[in-house]
Amino acid sequence: MKRNWSYIIAAIALLLLPLVLSDFRLNLLGKFLTFAIVAVAIDLIWGYTGILSLGHGVFFSLGAYCMGMYLKLQAEELPDFMMWSGLEEVPWFWKPFQHFWFALPMAIIIPAVFAMLIGIPTFRAGIRGVYFSILTQALALVVSIFFIGQQPYTGGTNGITNFQDILGYSLSEASTMRGLYIITVVVLIIIFLLSRWLVSTKTGRVLIAIRDGENRLKFLGYNTSVFKVGVFALSAAIAGLAGALFVPQVGIISPSMMGILPSVEMAIWVAVGGRGTLSGAVIGTLVVNFAKSYLSETFPDVWLYFLGALFIGVVLFFPQGIVGVFEKISKRRKAQHCLVAGEEQV
Amino acid sequence: MAETIIYMENVTVNFSGFKALKEVSFYVDRGELRFLIGPNGAGKTTLLDVICGKVKPEKGRVIFGDSLDICRLSEYRIARAGISRKFQTPSVFSNLTVFENMEIALKKNTGVLSSLLHSLNSADTDRIFSVLKKVGLKEKSNQKAGFLSHGEKQWLELAMTIMQEPKLLLVDEPVAGMTGRERIRTGEILMEIANDRSVIVVEHDMNFVQRFARKVTVLHEGQIICEGSFDRVKNDPVVIDVYLGRGGEVDSHALN
Repeated sequence: MKRNWSYIIAAIALLLLPLVLSDFRLNLLGKFLTFAIVAVAIDLIWGYTGILSLGHGVFFSLGAYCMGMYLKLQAEELPDFMMWSGLEEVPWFWKPFQHFWFALPMAIIIPAVFAMLIGIPTFRAGIRGVYFSILTQALALVVSIFFIGQQPYTGGTNGITNFQDILGYSLSEASTMRGLYIITVVVLIIIFLLSRWLVSTKTGRVLIAIRDGENRLKFLGYNTSVFKVGVFALSAAIAGLAGALFVPQVGIISPSMMGILPSVEMAIWVAVGGRGTLSGAVIGTLVVNFAKSYLSETFPDVWLYFLGALFIGVVLFFPQGIVGVFEKISKRRKAQHCLVAGEEQV
Repeated sequence: MAETIIYMENVTVNFSGFKALKEVSFYVDRGELRFLIGPNGAGKTTLLDVICGKVKPEKGRVIFGDSLDICRLSEYRIARAGISRKFQTPSVFSNLTVFENMEIALKKNTGVLSSLLHSLNSADTDRIFSVLKKVGLKEKSNQKAGFLSHGEKQWLELAMTIMQEPKLLLVDEPVAGMTGRERIRTGEILMEIANDRSVIVVEHDMNFVQRFARKVTVLHEGQIICEGSFDRVKNDPVVIDVYLGRGGEVDSHALN
């Protein structure tokens, strides 16, 4: 009950922030909230199901590229990087992306289908644990190298940038940015509630059971690989949606977002906030990213060391993350409360 | 007229050169409670592994019920066909409550979509509580399974296998690490389960076997060396040789 109220207050606060924050800070927060959506997606598969994916940067970027290509085709009939590479017209597979209502669903569907294509053979072959993590990490490397190599179609190392407007609204207007921020908050709330519902159903308990003892579950008659493929695809779809929200607010998508580094960072957000709590994923993302932007502004030379120290510190001393620490404190308080009340009765 | 529930013919299991089972033929009747004994490394657990699909034999056939060929099925399909396995170490889902563990074990809504959209009806809940009562865990239904004692975890797992309504239940060393009273309780639970289904129990504890066994099969180095009532088995010269020759893995007064 108390927890529900704090969620509602947090949601209202996020929706009211445009009234007080500067455009720059608001834009920054909007970007972090798209990261928070990815973190919730990673929490579903890692925190609840126990499968650590180090390739979510790929799914995030696939969604971002879909939206980025829509924005680019709005700005220029033939994108500049295609022209420089000698293309005379937009390739057939990019053409439909000039329509917003094609690009947006694709930003969700393509990552989900890609995750299925990866997930079905690996999960059915029983690849799990650290082997799956390494596999997804290799995936992040391979896909980013592929995107760099396909300059005429993807913009290569530079990626896609120089956008002008989205559905007719100019991206240089502060009001458009505020609108995108509000949409991001609403999507985060919807994804959060959807995930909370999912883990409250029997499916959620099956996911936890996969984490606790997959073999046992198999001998109880569950086809665990179907559940794993399902949660992997769902998680990738959510990451893709987050990517689609990221691009118009940040104004660029490049292969640097899909490589190994950002994918590992995404897992760090969840670890810092606390695995398997959903709210921890959101809190961890905001804390790490604000710390990162503050430290990189204040100590441009050494901030990376702070970030590394933060991660090591959390893993060593607070394996349950920030949320875990708070739960421990509130439990201890409750216990003390009971003790005091008990003494009074005596 | 007894029909067979599981029928093994000339099964050989080869672990890269080491033959854990050698041409074993073995059958269990419907409704039977069968005990499997034998020294360490005799192949008892491997035999259970073959029946539940964890290990695929190199040679031979395993037929479940009338005509189902086990060797071709994946583990979850074998489980759905009606063979349940209770492993040696307690394996319950420690982050779920006792009740939630039972819900998972319920043979219903095991697909992704059905588990998403359906919840328990009151008949399911009643059944879960009646089985929990049988094993003495009804009062602990809201406790996380990770906080149960060793014996309670074993009973919870037995309760979960009852929820599966298996036709054949495989139990591996159910009383290892239990106190005397817990052992008797476990034996009673097993007898009750065996009332309406077939059960195969692997066990080391001879007192326990003597107390609860009807028919015993003795395995040694991957082969069946004796089969029959406990009295017959314990007086069999080959069995005595195997056990006593090993230097008292089972103390001699337990056998006599």
